[in-house]
Amino acid sequence: MTVLVCVGSSCHLKGSYEIIELFKERLAKEHLEDKVTFKGTFCLGKCGIAGVSIQVDDEIITGVTPKNFDDVFNKYILSRI
Amino acid sequence: MDTRFDTSVQELKYKVLKEIARGLFNDTLLEEYNEIPERISPGPKSTMRCCIYKERAIVLERMKLALGGNKNIDNIVEVIKIACDECPLGGYEVTNRCRGCIAHRCQKACRKDAISFNEVTRTAYIDKTKCINCGMCAKACQYNAIQNYLRPCEQSCKVKAISTDVDGSAKIDDSKCVQCGACVYQCPFGAIMDKSFMKEAIKILKDSENSSKYPVYAIVAPSISSQFKGVKLGQVVTAIQKLGYRSVIEAALGADMVSYSEAKELEEKGFLTSSCCPTFVTFIKKYYPTLTDKISHNLSPMATIAKWIKEHNENCKIMFIGPCISKKVEIKDERVAPYVDVTLTFEELQAMIDAKEIDMTSLEESPLDNASYYGRIFARSGGLSDAVKEALKEQGSSFEVKPISVDGLENCKLALMKAKSGNVDFNFIEGMGCLTGCIGGPCSLTHEVRNKLDVDKYGHESKEKTIIDAIKHYQD
Repeated sequence: MTVLVCVGSSCHLKGSYEIIELFKERLAKEHLEDKVTFKGTFCLGKCGIAGVSIQVDDEIITGVTPKNFDDVFNKYILSRI
Repeated sequence: MDTRFDTSVQELKYKVLKEIARGLFNDTLLEEYNEIPERISPGPKSTMRCCIYKERAIVLERMKLALGGNKNIDNIVEVIKIACDECPLGGYEVTNRCRGCIAHRCQKACRKDAISFNEVTRTAYIDKTKCINCGMCAKACQYNAIQNYLRPCEQSCKVKAISTDVDGSAKIDDSKCVQCGACVYQCPFGAIMDKSFMKEAIKILKDSENSSKYPVYAIVAPSISSQFKGVKLGQVVTAIQKLGYRSVIEAALGADMVSYSEAKELEEKGFLTSSCCPTFVTFIKKYYPTLTDKISHNLSPMATIAKWIKEHNENCKIMFIGPCISKKVEIKDERVAPYVDVTLTFEELQAMIDAKEIDMTSLEESPLDNASYYGRIFARSGGLSDAVKEALKEQGSSFEVKPISVDGLENCKLALMKAKSGNVDFNFIEGMGCLTGCIGGPCSLTHEVRNKLDVDKYGHESKEKTIIDAIKHYQD
């Protein structure tokens, strides 16, 4: 599985670096570092929407925030591995 | 005159670039090609040259350069022979300060018997057929009445690559040229121009179908913050996206990465010269080859961030947009070529935006924010040294950097000569080929004093306050 977090200007200002930290922590906690390729990317083209955009394989998920991060992680990553 | 530019020469170049860009975007270039000279010089009377036909012939030559120039000439900078005014201001001349004295020291100093005197006014006269421009007469005159009038292009060229061809026009010795572009900006007739790669850029953008088939990224130099007067930077970013780019990314983020690793390299080696400015790097390699091993091994900020993007996004295309001509050469280097596809200038960007009839003043603003203050101030002389100092501090290093920041090739030369002698009180040379740094680049739209303030202001607006904060998620 490949997870991309948008680090483009817009998402950066909306906190993508915090989301990256949360991802790294959670991936370590679940021991998923080998199963998930985790990378940054510049702009997924969803700048107008609140929250950070991420891409899980081919699916783009928008509106990720520290608040809903655990839900997003459980729904799109944990449940699919 | 269009107030967005410093001179009418820049405006003329822009008009040609805009017509070419319009033709390329609309696929109408072939039909319109022969009409363009008339559009730019409508006549019936000429306004710049001896006749309207010459004016239009020169426009045709500019169009060729706007489409990539002469493939047989390797250099990115070319002389438009018919546009060269063949300035007669060549060499030493006697000015009206000549008092017609009795001593005639000038005549005695001349080894070529080139000086004679007017019988009526008793003033000196130099016979140009005998004069070899040695300058001895000028030194001998106690009134400083003899002056050396260099052509503006020759004067601007600090590596003496420009001379006079047999036909009187300017000639560039490509083996000496370091592509600083000073002559391009300085020639009062616009007879020296850089080759443009808008054709390649527009093809990539069109083939991508507005970045939907593959993403096209624009990396912008931090000096962009000083360039588009009357519109907000965020509006310029939106305009760039409207040209078909997926996203606009700060070269300054690459600068943050560079300052971090350059600080480490400096501590390790004890002495370094910067590698950000391709003109400075070429200058060292051509003129101070013994210092080549002192050049930092870092890629430039442009190449550093481009490398990161290419390694994280398969199939993407990357263009760099800046004030610089030598960046067009840098991307041919084998270390950089895999990462940057095309280099464009601010002049070309303005032309492309206007060719697409995008009104920047009416656009919403888009954010441009990844880099720290330190990455952003690379745009002006002194910024890189400040950033390396900060990086050492953030790394907790006790290494003391003693930088010297030199801008313009004459100042670079002084620092490099000292470095060559070995007797120096600095351990880091920050060299920029252009005076004031990148904000003084040959393809900057404006070269105003306040541009430095604009860059610093843009620097302070960064979300990330330290270099480490800006780059910590890119260190994988």
